[in-house]
Formats: sequence, C-alpha cells, structure tokens
Amino acid sequence: MLTPNPRHEEGLFYLLAAIGGLVSAIGLAAALYMEHSGHVVTGMNNQIVWGLPHVFAIFLIVAASGVLNVASMGSVFGRVLYKSRAPLSGLLALAMISGGLAIIMLDLGRADRLMVAATHFNPTSVFGWNVILYPVFYGLVAVYLWTMMERRMNPYSKAAGLATFVWRVVLTSGTGSIFAFLVARQAYGSALLAPMFIIMSFSWGLAVFIVVQATMYAWNGMTLPPLILQRLKNLLATFVAAVLYFTIILHLVNAYFAKNIAFEYFILFDSEFTVAFWLGQVLIGSLLPLALLFHPATRTKALWVNLAALLVIVGAYYQLHVFIIGGQAFPLDIFPGYNVKSSFFDGAVDSYSASLPEILLAVGGLGIAFTMTTIGVRVLHFLPQDDLAELEAAGGITD
Amino acid sequence: MTAPQIPDSNPRRAFIAAAGAGVAGLGFTVIAPGLHLMAVGQANAAEARKAGTVASPAVRWGLLIDANKCAPGCTKCIDACHTENGISEKLPDARQNSQWIRKIELVDRRNGRKTELPMMCQHCANPPCVDVCPTGASMKRADGIVLVDRHTCIGCRYCMMACPYKARSFVHAPLTQQNPEVPRGQGCVESCTLCVHRVDKGQQPACVESCPEGAMTFGDLNDPASAIAKRIASVPTTQVRADLRLNQGVRYEGI
Ligand code: SF4
Ligand code: SF4
Repeated sequence: MLTPNPRHEEGLFYLLAAIGGLVSAIGLAAALYMEHSGHVVTGMNNQIVWGLPHVFAIFLIVAASGVLNVASMGSVFGRVLYKSRAPLSGLLALAMISGGLAIIMLDLGRADRLMVAATHFNPTSVFGWNVILYPVFYGLVAVYLWTMMERRMNPYSKAAGLATFVWRVVLTSGTGSIFAFLVARQAYGSALLAPMFIIMSFSWGLAVFIVVQATMYAWNGMTLPPLILQRLKNLLATFVAAVLYFTIILHLVNAYFAKNIAFEYFILFDSEFTVAFWLGQVLIGSLLPLALLFHPATRTKALWVNLAALLVIVGAYYQLHVFIIGGQAFPLDIFPGYNVKSSFFDGAVDSYSASLPEILLAVGGLGIAFTMTTIGVRVLHFLPQDDLAELEAAGGITD
Repeated sequence: MTAPQIPDSNPRRAFIAAAGAGVAGLGFTVIAPGLHLMAVGQANAAEARKAGTVASPAVRWGLLIDANKCAPGCTKCIDACHTENGISEKLPDARQNSQWIRKIELVDRRNGRKTELPMMCQHCANPPCVDVCPTGASMKRADGIVLVDRHTCIGCRYCMMACPYKARSFVHAPLTQQNPEVPRGQGCVESCTLCVHRVDKGQQPACVESCPEGAMTFGDLNDPASAIAKRIASVPTTQVRADLRLNQGVRYEGI
C-alpha cells in the first residue's frame, strides 16, 4: 500500500465501518418501530402503497445486478481490463443486493412472516419468482467470487461467470416485470419495462462501480490509468444515452395511447413530479453526465468522470421517485369518461412525503451496502490491480 | 353490456401461470395458494382450487348494484359494512383508514349526468390480486369469493398495486374492537369478503340487507333461477373496466 501513514489509515477504516454499522442499526431500529406501531408512522397510505423504502430498495437491487456487468465482461468476454475488476464488482453486487433486500423485507407489514414467504410459493406471482431469483443470484455470485479468488477453482471461473451473467439478466427482467404486470395502472403495465430495467441496471451499476473504484484508488493514493478511465467513461456514456433513449420511447408510446395522455401530461407538465423528471432525471441524471463524459475539457479528467457517475446515481434516485411514487400518485381510471369523487380519494391526485422512520429505513439499506463493501474491500484486498503491459498486449484498451 | 360467464379467458393469466410454473420447476416445493384454507370454504363450495387452475364451481356468488336506485348522500351500506366487519379506526391521515366499501360520485363528462354507487372488491373471476400475491394469501374461493388469508399475508401490498379498483386497504395501525367472526390484522391487506361469514350461514351480505332502496341484489350467478341471474339476463348490466377482462362477480346497472 502506498498510503503514507498506515495507522492513520487504519483508524479511518474503523471509523467508516463504525459509521456504516451505526446507520444500518438505526435503519433496523426504525423498521422495528414501524413494525410495532404500524405503517401509520410512515407517509405511505392506501393510495401510495410503496414509498421511499421501495425507491431505495429497487435502486440497490437494480444497480446490484448492473454492477456485476463489469465482472461478466471480464470473465465471459475475456477482457483483461474488466477481469481485474471482477472481484470488486462481485462484492459490490452482493453488498447492494443485501441492502436492497433488507429494506424490502423490513418494510413488509408482517416482516416477522419471512418464513411464510419462503415456504408458500405462488407460481403466478412475479414477486414470488423473485423470492427464488434473489437467493440463487446470491449463491451464484458467491460461487463466482470463490472461483476467482481460489486459484484451484480458477478454471471454473468462466462457467460461473456465464451462469451469473445469464441469471442477472433474468433477475433484472424480473424486477422490471413487477411493474410490467400491473396492467390497470397507466404508469406501468408496459412491455418496455423489462428491457428498460436491464439497461438502467447497466448504467447505474457502472456508475456505482466507477465511484467506488475512484474512492478506493484515492484511498490508496493511486491514480487510475487514463486508458482505463477512458474505456469506462465511454461505456458509461453509452449506457446513460441508452437509458435516456428508452425514457423518451416509453413516454412517447404512453402518450400515443389515448387513455394514458392524462397521465403523461401529469408527469411531464403538471405535478410535483414534473421538476423531478426534467431537472432530476433528465438534466442531472442524463444530460449533465453526458456533457461531462463527452466534452473535450472534462472527458479525460478522472474528477469529472467521477462526478458524472455520481450525477447518474442522483438521477437514478429521481427517476425511480418519478416512476414509483409518481405512478401511484396519479389516480386509477376506474370509470373512464367520468369525473369521480369519493371518501377514498378516488379521482384525486395524491401527494407523498416520507416520514423520518421510513427515511431511516431506506438510508439504513444504503448503510448495509456501504458497510459490507468497506469491510469486504479491506479484508479481501479487492483493489483492482492493472498490469498495463498485459493490457496493451491484450488490446483491451483500444476502442 | 350483459356480462357473460367466461371461465378464465384471460390470456395474460394463462401466460404467467405457465411461466411461473417454469420457475417453480427449479426444484422448489409448490404449495397451492390458500389450499389449507379451503377446508373452511363450505357453503356449496365445490372443491379446492389447485395452483394455476380454476375449479369449475357450481356456485358463483355475485352482486348486482342498480345505480339508478342508489340514493344520493346515503351511506347506509357503508355503515352496515363497517359495523359488521368491525372497521372502526379513525387515523389522523384519512388516507390510511381501511375502506372495504365506499360511495363514488360520478359525473359523466359528456352530459354532466350525476350517478352515485357503492364500490367494493369486485370479486374478479381472474383476480390480478391473486395472480401477483407472492405467498398465495390472496385467494379465490371455489364459489368466486376473493379473500385474503390473514395468516399468510406478509403485507407486501403488491395486490394493492395490482387491483384496478382500489378495492384493498392496508391495516396501518393496531386494531381494537374486532368482530370475532371477521379477524383482521395489523400489517395485512384486506378487502370486502362479500360477508363470507354470513353467506356461509345462508344470510345476505350486510350492505345488501341494509339498503333501504333495494339497490343491491345478491345471489348465485350460476343459478338461472336466482333473482340476480334473471335480472342480468333481462337488463343491460356492466362490469366496471370490462376491457380488463377480469370477469367480476359484482355487476352494475344504470351506468
Ligand atoms: S376487485 Fe381488486 S381485490 Fe377484488 S378480486 Fe378484483 S383485483 Fe382482487
Ligand atoms: S399484501 Fe398480502 S395478500 Fe397482498 S400480495 Fe402481499 S402477501 Fe398477498
């Protein structure tokens, strides 16, 4: 390690791990409080039934499968550049999916009935499929990490990588399908959602990877070789552009169907989600990062590329907020052609603000992912080590 | 339109059942959703429904609501339902209270015509809530009544996302004053049971009995001699959002 003061560095590590642990513990306590008092202490209600915890959880789960993309490209497609990053990518995937699943589980009305979920299985439920998809993903990534780290197992690493790659595509399609099957809701029920979630996972996963990698390099006083930076930034730019493209298509297709015009108008022009969409999702999450990644003055500088990746993550939050909360805030069209009113708020636009316990629960999930990453990186020495000569020989950095 | 009896004609449902069976085939035990509950499902209930299939029920309980008769401002059916089922909580945020049945005021955008009607779980023959429930807690009894098993509901609220009629409520706070015949549970989702505990005793649902205008008819849709079946055969009736092809047991006339 190149760090000048090892003792100082060690102290910092323990501090970070402790902060992560504390944030996770507070999240757990908040969940217990919600479980005890009921969801009355949250901002969720009978119209907006999924709130901030689900926004965070779905981000973590989608990004978890995307971050594994880096590993897949190394093992499955044999790129030297990505191979040395595979262990870190596997670790991040495990950490983030743990955080995401913890949030989903702890937000359940009856979190104590986890065993019921594990022992009762409804084959028509997309949620039910996920109960199988996630543990298998977990297992596959763990085996994959093992084949990479244990020299004797190295020969199996390619097969394990391939299996993991296939599974993660299925998994993300499964997450997207949770919404795609909600046919009665204007915001969801689109067949585009499964492929869109896959491309979102590529983008968000890579962004997380770039940020974590930058932190690790900085921590160890190293700089990322410029050629590698360039490769990663090109990839990120492609993914961000693809997500933007899908977003445009999704809204165009939606607006094309007469029954969804009112909903599109609501999101795009006339609601509390309008700003989140244009400013958060489009500008911060897509256009700014693309500008940073393409502009000659910024595209070669690690600082700007890292900032672009950070913005992609912030944009992802807004995108899910608009998608999940905005989609529910708009009333169901139970009686097309009628204006409706009721004591149950039929026909009324709902608004949502998260309460402290659910914010703490959501952030607690991030805490779990952070703590697992911090400890894992430290204990398992996952800093990507590049052999530049090997890289050049493999042609892994020429675009 | 007159609503026909289509036995599970929804192609989407058939597709997810098949796809789901594929996932289930990966070496995991499949427990039929709500199978153990079927023991309680007497009252002409035919036989237990196996996962992914639909029983051929001899009885199909249904409700016909005449919006023309429903009196403006009247909430007798709602009060009766809430008394019968022990729904009494009044949370500060009204959006968190359970409502198994509600009055909806409709104004036709074309001509301004006003209508009122009670809305509750429509007891779909192809219920999306049952399709999406991960544990099988959402289940359809062989006689067509859609219920939530309060012992297996984990409170994920996916069924609430899936229901096109906003028919379901999530119990947001601890409960008091429960009716022993209608167990409810904090952290679980619930909806109109068609007063299954009364129907099983040969009685009518509380809302039907309470309506002074006689706007609601309850009965067996499969029995051509029943009042409800005769009425449906003779006047135009509507299934709300019939385009979704859920084939609800609750029908309306006058809208
Ligand atoms: S109306 Fe809603 S809750 Fe009732 S059966 Fe249909 S989908 Fe389920
Ligand atoms: S909330 Fe309960 S009944 Fe509804 S889908 Fe989840 S487990 Fe099933």
